[in-house]
Amino acid sequence: MRKLSILIVFAALIGFGISASAAQRDEFPATPPPFTPGIYPCSNCHAGLPVDPKRRELKDEHVGIKLHHAEQERWCLDCHSADNRDKLKLADGETVNFTESYRLCGQCHGNIYRDWKAGIHGKRVGYFKGGKRIYFLCVSCHNPHDPKFKPIKPLPPPIRPEFNNGR
Amino acid sequence: MMSMGALAGASLGSLAACSKAEVEEFLQKRFVEMSAGEKKQVIKRLEDKYFKKYGKRFNISTQPADEAVLWGYGLDIARCIGCRRCVYGCVTENNHSRRSPQLHWIRVVRQKKGSMINLEDSEHYYNPETVPEPGFQYTPVQCQHCENPPCVKVCPVKATWKEPDGIVVVDYNWCIGCRYCIAACPYKGRVFNWAEPNIPAAEVNTEVHYLGNRPRMKNVVEKCTFCIQRVRNGRYPACVEACPTGTRKFGNLLDPGSEIRYLIENKRTLRLKEDLNTEPKFYYFFSA
Repeated sequence: MRKLSILIVFAALIGFGISASAAQRDEFPATPPPFTPGIYPCSNCHAGLPVDPKRRELKDEHVGIKLHHAEQERWCLDCHSADNRDKLKLADGETVNFTESYRLCGQCHGNIYRDWKAGIHGKRVGYFKGGKRIYFLCVSCHNPHDPKFKPIKPLPPPIRPEFNNGR
Repeated sequence: MMSMGALAGASLGSLAACSKAEVEEFLQKRFVEMSAGEKKQVIKRLEDKYFKKYGKRFNISTQPADEAVLWGYGLDIARCIGCRRCVYGCVTENNHSRRSPQLHWIRVVRQKKGSMINLEDSEHYYNPETVPEPGFQYTPVQCQHCENPPCVKVCPVKATWKEPDGIVVVDYNWCIGCRYCIAACPYKGRVFNWAEPNIPAAEVNTEVHYLGNRPRMKNVVEKCTFCIQRVRNGRYPACVEACPTGTRKFGNLLDPGSEIRYLIENKRTLRLKEDLNTEPKFYYFFSA
C-alpha cells in the first residue's frame, strides 16, 4: 500500500514536470520569420558541407553579415545549431525552430521577453479584441546580427500658424 | 443629434422624482429624444452631403459604446524617437484638412532630457536630419480623454461630452465654434477649423463614425477620438499601428488582463499635469 502511494506521488511529480515544461513552450501566433528569399532551408547547402566549429571571420559566403551584437563574446555557431543549420540553439543545447526564435532572444533579454509575452513590447497591429491577436517576432523589427535601430528622418513639422493659411 | 438626447437626459435626470404626467407638463413636448428613424434620416442626409462633396459613398457608423469598457492609452517615453509617423497616420485615417488649414491632432513635443515635467520649456517645430537626437526627449501629446474634462464643463451648448466608454467626443453639427473648450484644455488637445477643410478626394477615408472621423466643416472644433470608428470594433487606433518603435499601447482599463492594465501595474507610470485634477486616461510610462 505504501509502495503504491509512493508510486502515485512519483507519477504525479513526473506528470507535473512534463506539463510545466510543455507550458514553457507556449506557442505564440507570430508572423513568419523574415528570411531573405531562397536562403531557407539552410540544409540545402549545409547538408553537404563539413562543420568547422573554429571561430573565424567568414570569407567565402555570408560575407554581408557583420555581427554587431555581443561579437566579442560570441560568433555564429553560438546561436545557430552547428549540426542542423535549419535550427537555432539555446544555451542548454536545445534546438528551436526559426519560428520560435523569441525563446533564444529571451534567454538574455528576459525582461523584454516578459513584456513581449504580455503584449506591451513592440508594435501591435490588427485587433486587440474580437479578432486574432498577432505577435511580431523579435526579428521582424530587430536585425539579430545588428539590432540597434538606426536614426531615421522625421516626417515634416507642422506649419507655423502665421503661414497656415486660414490657420 | 446625440446632444438632444443628452439635454433630455440631463433634464429628465433632475426630474426623476416627478411623475410622468408632471414631466410631460414641464417639458411640453420640447426636448424629445430622436427616434431611430429620425437618426437614420440624419445619417442619410449627411451621407448624401458627403457624396456630393467628395464623390464617394461614406459609411457613417453610429455604433454606441460597449458595456463595461473604459478606454485607456499607454505611451512609452523611453521608446519615442519623435519621428511623427503617428501624426501623419492619424491624418490619413481621420480625414484631416491637409493644407490651408493644416490640422494635426497629435503634437510631438521635444524637450531637453531631464526636464520632463516642465512642459512650458518645450517646442514642437523641430526638424533635424535624423531622429532621435542625443540629449533630447520626445513626448507626443493629444487629447487625453480626461475623466474630469474641463472642455466639457465649459461648452455653452453641450456640443462636447464624455461617452460611457470614456471617449470625449464632439458633435460637429452642434458645435458653434466659440472655442471655449480650446481655451479650457490644459493639454492643447483640440484644434479649430479656421477655414473650410481641404481633403484630397483620393485620400478620403469613407469608413467613418458620426462622432469621430467624418469630414468636418469650417468653424468647428475637432480632436483625437481614440479612433472611435476602430476601437468600438476591437481594432487598434491608427497611431498605435503607425508607430515604428512600438511606443503606443491601447486597451480596456476595466479588463484586468489587458495590456494597458499590465503596464500600469508593472511600469513606472505618470500622467501629464496631474495636479490639475483632470484625471487623464493617457498613461505615459517608462518600459526600461
